[in-house]
Amino acid sequence: MAYPQEFLYTKDHEWIRVDESIGTIGITDYAQKELGDIVFVELPKPGEHLTVGEAFGTVESVKAVSEIYSPVSGEVTAANTQLQNTPELLNTDPHGEAWLVRVQLTDRRETEKLMTFDEYEAYIKQAKAH
Amino acid sequence: MKNRIREARPHMTRNEGLIFERSSAGKCGADLPPLDVPALPAEEVLGADLTRTEIAGFPEVSELEVVRHFTRLSTWNYGVDTGLYPLGSCTMKYNPRINEAVARLEGLATDHPFAPESLVQGCLKVLFETARCLKEITGMDALSLQPAAGAQGELTGILMIRAWQAERGNPRKYVLIPDSAHGTNPASVTISGYEVRNLKSNSLGCVDLADLDRAMTEEVAGLMLTIPNTVGIFDSQIRRIAELVHAKGGLVYMDGANLNALVGVTRPADFGVDVMHLNLHKTFSTPHGGGGPGSGPVAVKKSLEPYLPAPVVEMDAKGKYRLNYDRPKSIGRVRAFYGNFGMAVRALAYILANGPEGLRQTTEDAVLNANYLMSGLKDVYELPYDQPCMHECVFSDRRQAARGVRTGDIAKRLIDYGFHPYTTSFPLIVSGALMIEPTESASKEELDAFIDALRSIAEEIEEDPQLVLKAPHTTRITRLDEATAARKPVLRWKP
Amino acid sequence: MRYLPNSSADRAAMLQATGHKRIEELFSQIPPELQCRGPLNLPGPLSEQEILEFFRELAAQSSREYVSLLGAGSYTHYRPVVIDTLLSRGEFFTAYTPYQPEIAQGTLQAMFEFQTLMAQLTGMDVCNASLYDGSTATTEAVLMALRVTRRRRVLLARTVHPEHRQVLATYLRHQGFELREVPYSSSGQVDGAQLESAMNDQTAAVVIQSPNFLGTLEPARDVAEIAHRHGALLVVSVTEPLSLALTKPPSDADIVCGEAQSFGVPVSFGGPYAGFLAAKELYLRQMPGRLVGQTVDTEGHRGFVLTLATREQHIRREKATSNICTNQSLCALAVTIYLCLLGKQGLRKLAEQNLAKAHYAARQLRGVPGAATPFSGPHFNEFVVRVPEDAEGLLEELLRKKIVGGLHLERFYPELKNHLLVCVTETISKAALDRMVDVYHGFVTNPKLTAQRT
Repeated sequence: MAYPQEFLYTKDHEWIRVDESIGTIGITDYAQKELGDIVFVELPKPGEHLTVGEAFGTVESVKAVSEIYSPVSGEVTAANTQLQNTPELLNTDPHGEAWLVRVQLTDRRETEKLMTFDEYEAYIKQAKAH
Repeated sequence: MKNRIREARPHMTRNEGLIFERSSAGKCGADLPPLDVPALPAEEVLGADLTRTEIAGFPEVSELEVVRHFTRLSTWNYGVDTGLYPLGSCTMKYNPRINEAVARLEGLATDHPFAPESLVQGCLKVLFETARCLKEITGMDALSLQPAAGAQGELTGILMIRAWQAERGNPRKYVLIPDSAHGTNPASVTISGYEVRNLKSNSLGCVDLADLDRAMTEEVAGLMLTIPNTVGIFDSQIRRIAELVHAKGGLVYMDGANLNALVGVTRPADFGVDVMHLNLHKTFSTPHGGGGPGSGPVAVKKSLEPYLPAPVVEMDAKGKYRLNYDRPKSIGRVRAFYGNFGMAVRALAYILANGPEGLRQTTEDAVLNANYLMSGLKDVYELPYDQPCMHECVFSDRRQAARGVRTGDIAKRLIDYGFHPYTTSFPLIVSGALMIEPTESASKEELDAFIDALRSIAEEIEEDPQLVLKAPHTTRITRLDEATAARKPVLRWKP
Repeated sequence: MRYLPNSSADRAAMLQATGHKRIEELFSQIPPELQCRGPLNLPGPLSEQEILEFFRELAAQSSREYVSLLGAGSYTHYRPVVIDTLLSRGEFFTAYTPYQPEIAQGTLQAMFEFQTLMAQLTGMDVCNASLYDGSTATTEAVLMALRVTRRRRVLLARTVHPEHRQVLATYLRHQGFELREVPYSSSGQVDGAQLESAMNDQTAAVVIQSPNFLGTLEPARDVAEIAHRHGALLVVSVTEPLSLALTKPPSDADIVCGEAQSFGVPVSFGGPYAGFLAAKELYLRQMPGRLVGQTVDTEGHRGFVLTLATREQHIRREKATSNICTNQSLCALAVTIYLCLLGKQGLRKLAEQNLAKAHYAARQLRGVPGAATPFSGPHFNEFVVRVPEDAEGLLEELLRKKIVGGLHLERFYPELKNHLLVCVTETISKAALDRMVDVYHGFVTNPKLTAQRT
């Protein structure tokens, strides 16, 4: 799967797409492959506040659990409730339908610290080599 | 290749359903003697409002159907009685049946924990003697049999460390745990109110001394270590490790899961351990029973003795046993009554059957068997740590992973060869681990057959990986859909 | 040594294959100064006969010749013989935790049946595959309620088993939670008014036991109303689950936990037992302990598998919901077999016998001058009897007549001096009960004379 060029990425394998002041956040294809069959997702509710670098939810597979760390700070405007009944979407469409939350950004400058798609691709290539 | 497989013939594969599916109204599998006092309708005592009309869904079957049902179910299981059960760090050794006979003796099986002490001297002596033997084996000064399992023993031990530290002025904040540790270790630490700090392992899978030196501060209450460690290696730096910890006022906790490598050969008290737990269901032959009950006694050095859970079993000057509840510094109770008494009976019987010579021979056989396995497989599976192992050896699936086959798949294929798999994917510090502990209960014939099987599977992976990826092929049930089981849990039968 | 399957020749051959000359070389990682110089100072080795002799002597120093009226969290019921027959099947008995489900369907299906039976009995949606015992089950239930509500306070009825309360205190002490006890009233049940006034918006759970330690059944529905009105969960602990065959299950509770030992697990001086924890479906992902789920294999056949493992310690590590690693599988299997044997009809009849015998005993004891059953709430097979004085002397007199008369409650409740907790199960005959009542009559009318006589 190619990594969308308009996304920005974190070292913990989250992606964010920023439109104006709204960020849509998800986990990358690399992350879902590492986890295996996803069985459950725990997400915050609209209105909750996220802090950059802090965990805001979890993604569970049969054998592993991973916390999701926020790439930005802001207020949750929407959570993808589809994932409650069909968590397996995260395996099939992690960059599209299986977005996790939408956030109203409080500080756009935080996105400057994130990786571009080719930086991220290089990063995971290095990770795989270990 | 395939005709070299010495397959176990499939068990009786009757399509036994759930007991609820063979139930029909009016049947019953037990009869009661007649009531010898006046009958009393429940409504009179409870009122109609609180009286139950029926237990909806409860089965109604005859005694014979119960016997057949569970007998058939049992044939779908693999046990130590069936054959080699080489799960790493589980010590799946023979469960002697004499242990079962003595545990069922009337008196030992039936005494009530609150019966007057003068009437239960036999039970109290079992607890006292078992503790005495376990202290001798570990070299420790005091012991409690109260914790119900290893994980509870850990919790008890860490709570005692906390009490010891608190009495000396500062409970401290952290406990150090190597990244190779079993998952119960960090969980137990958190419940005790401490934070976990992970320690890196060095290239030998042992504690990185430099990392320990840096991490060991006066805010660290203690270090939790599994000895030998989870890659089957005895860290010969252990005295130095203990010194580093003690020098900064910390205590050393030993997870005794791997004690089967040490009994009669060395004693944890001698190499600097202050508190440890034992697993009676591992080292001391009490049965695993499909996942419990176990028993996790905790043993300590003298300075920690006051903090043991209460009551403590003592013997007075006249040779009478008593329960001492007057323990003001005790960390409290971790379980009702005195612990899993029935497991103490079995462990004591095991120790008596072996005596000191038998226990030593057992340890030697356990270590020899693991090394024999290692030497028979190391040219075929990658050894992350190429040095003699203790009671278990750990391989990595790295070579096989190049063909897309992982440790979990190899494990499934082993089932077709008539063996229970080893432990997969643990410890986490080895990529794709195959953790194999044969125990002393493996004969050379069985070990040879096991080596053959794993070597054969390695060849299959080269020639026909799908055969391994789709294994097992010979069981009543094939690979189960665990994802659906977790996504849409069905945890009970419904009519 | 009879348990070891290798001969000296086998050992020599294996040693050679490893490339070593002496077995000591395999222990070379252990510094020589740390190695034992001689054999351990331990008894043995003993032959089977000698082992039997040793334990038979100990079994003789027991209370097996006595009639025992002790309950208090550990109940003596008759165990049908086939339970041990089936438990002793090596495939059940010597198997490990079913992590390889293809060769562990026996254990997994039996645990699924256990989960079903306990859910049916307790009126809850789902039950786990057992925990260590009742005391840790109650503790785990409280920890669960704290996680679910994210509050910090627990209200605990004083009539919950004292040792269960002690275990709970040990587990909560270092996690910053507040534990407060609620007294009982003259009915022997939790004091509703005191409970109401102790509730606040930081209360995570109200914990009661029913039947409670005094033998009295608690009004679970009323307590649930109070708890829920304040946003707290109701935890009901059941140490004598046989009572559930006759009483409506506490379906207003959020969590029902307790001890399943009554169902085919021997008293065994306190353990091993089988705790259980059942709850409403809503709280499933916060439940501790193992869970067995139904699923299908690659060919569509029904099978069972350990599931929702991500709650557990081996995956979450420091974030686990608890540190429980094991269930009490073999004990839970005994429970399952027992409940299948007795079934819907048998369990009810057994409970009726317990109820009848205990109430007969209570009635007869009320006929002893000065004796009373002071708590007015309804009871099942356990109740409290009060004597005017010297309960210790009475117990000693009963012992002389080979009767263990009950538990002197002063041990756990200082205000209950001269109150005895008496349990009567189906194993106690009317003749034994009449004998006991006779001793009461003799003692209460003339305690000092009785003491002098012996």
